[in-house]
Amino acid sequence: MIHIHIERKTYPASGRAESHTAIAGLELHLGEHEFVCLVGPSGCGKTTLLNLIAGLDRDFQGTIHLSKTGTPRLGYVFQEPRLLPWRTVRENLELALPPRRDPAVIDELLVLTGLTEFQHTYPQRLSLGMSRRVALARAFAVEPDLLLMDEPFVSLDAPTAEKMRRLLADLWQRRPHTVLFVTHDLREALELADRLVFLTPPPSRVAREVTLPHAPRLRSPEVVETLYRRLAPK
Amino acid sequence: MNAPFVPRMRWEAANSLRAATVPAASLLSLVLIWQVAAWWLASPLLPSPAVVFATLGRGIATGELLHHLGITLLRLGISFALAMILGSILGILLGYHATLDRWFDPWLTVFLNIPALVTIILCYVWFGLSETAAITAVVVNKLPNVAVTLREGTRHLDRGLLEMARVYRFGTWKTLRHVIWPQLYPFVVTAARTGLALIWKIILVVELLGRSDGMGYQLHLFFQLFDVAGILAYTLAFVIVIQAIEWILLQPLDRYARRWHR
Repeated sequence: MIHIHIERKTYPASGRAESHTAIAGLELHLGEHEFVCLVGPSGCGKTTLLNLIAGLDRDFQGTIHLSKTGTPRLGYVFQEPRLLPWRTVRENLELALPPRRDPAVIDELLVLTGLTEFQHTYPQRLSLGMSRRVALARAFAVEPDLLLMDEPFVSLDAPTAEKMRRLLADLWQRRPHTVLFVTHDLREALELADRLVFLTPPPSRVAREVTLPHAPRLRSPEVVETLYRRLAPK
Repeated sequence: MNAPFVPRMRWEAANSLRAATVPAASLLSLVLIWQVAAWWLASPLLPSPAVVFATLGRGIATGELLHHLGITLLRLGISFALAMILGSILGILLGYHATLDRWFDPWLTVFLNIPALVTIILCYVWFGLSETAAITAVVVNKLPNVAVTLREGTRHLDRGLLEMARVYRFGTWKTLRHVIWPQLYPFVVTAARTGLALIWKIILVVELLGRSDGMGYQLHLFFQLFDVAGILAYTLAFVIVIQAIEWILLQPLDRYARRWHR
């Protein structure tokens, strides 16, 4: 179980911007191998929350328990792919691979993401969709205890985003890690999630949680539409 | 994978050949104008190219030119290395620490604006006419340039990539080597190229004012003897060496830094 309790996260005033509280009194629990989608409007502190969980920002009040034993391994698919431009696709994956992990996992992930042909290509020659696939492969290569995803399919065209969600679902079927997936797109969340967590506008906290009926893979468009009509804000 | 790049490389080779013809022709025309002017004036104050090349040949044959050139290159190498290392450390520190930067930025501005000649004279006055003074003078002249360039590089480090490296637990060494160094490398190459251009001009003045060997000293001697052929021959040798360093060392390093650009 992963327990996240953010008492308060405040950004100090800087320049002309006044100090503001991004998160206040947020409580979140993630079960083992659970796929949780965090849904909320832009600017409601979703990325802030992921950065706190990832340990990139330690300036907050509260506690985050990721695992009972040792430091947990994290995968983080950022909003931008964040690949090293001076390293090839393969090298980008290899660099993230923890020591003593079998490099064969890279070949397997290259095949699954359809990137084998491009493994020796530098990221600048890839399309955005392909770069995103590399970022996805990198996150799965580390076999994370917790996989954080920050709107990883934003600004892709609809068919590409759909393909990416299918790919994510496939990868997750093979390696079911605990996933915290941030999106502002309710339909996307409904396709993927075991559980939805809606956030309030800032200072954010959990507005409501909805556990969805179990689905083996991506939910079909019909199911998504039905759920959407039931859950979408009127 | 490589197949699509072959025609492009051939095209680039042809292009670079064409690109080399123009500078070659342009230099040749310069020599021609020089020849005509020398013939027209018929004065020892403007010797013809043939005379200068003969002087150059003699200088190389007696070993005198190579001796002075070697000394100057040694000084250049040492002061260049020191300026690069110290300037990089300072620049990276200033790029990281905003407070430190606010404090030292005016210092840099002052040092950037001190004429090279002043630093050279002061170094000789304070430390005597020694090798240390000569090298210090060159380093002090060049260091602020390197620091400013590297400070810029450090400020522009991609935070997103640094965060990625932290999440994926790259550790210090891997982060330095694979995330930070590739981003600073182009700035280091820029600092090196502009640095070389700056240092080799300063070093001649340093030698002229307070050393008893090296190209600068030799040029000073030729000046007192009104030996224009000697001045031109030594200058030619020096320009060729510096240009060779640029072509053989710095330009390939620069290309290597940009290899992953599309």
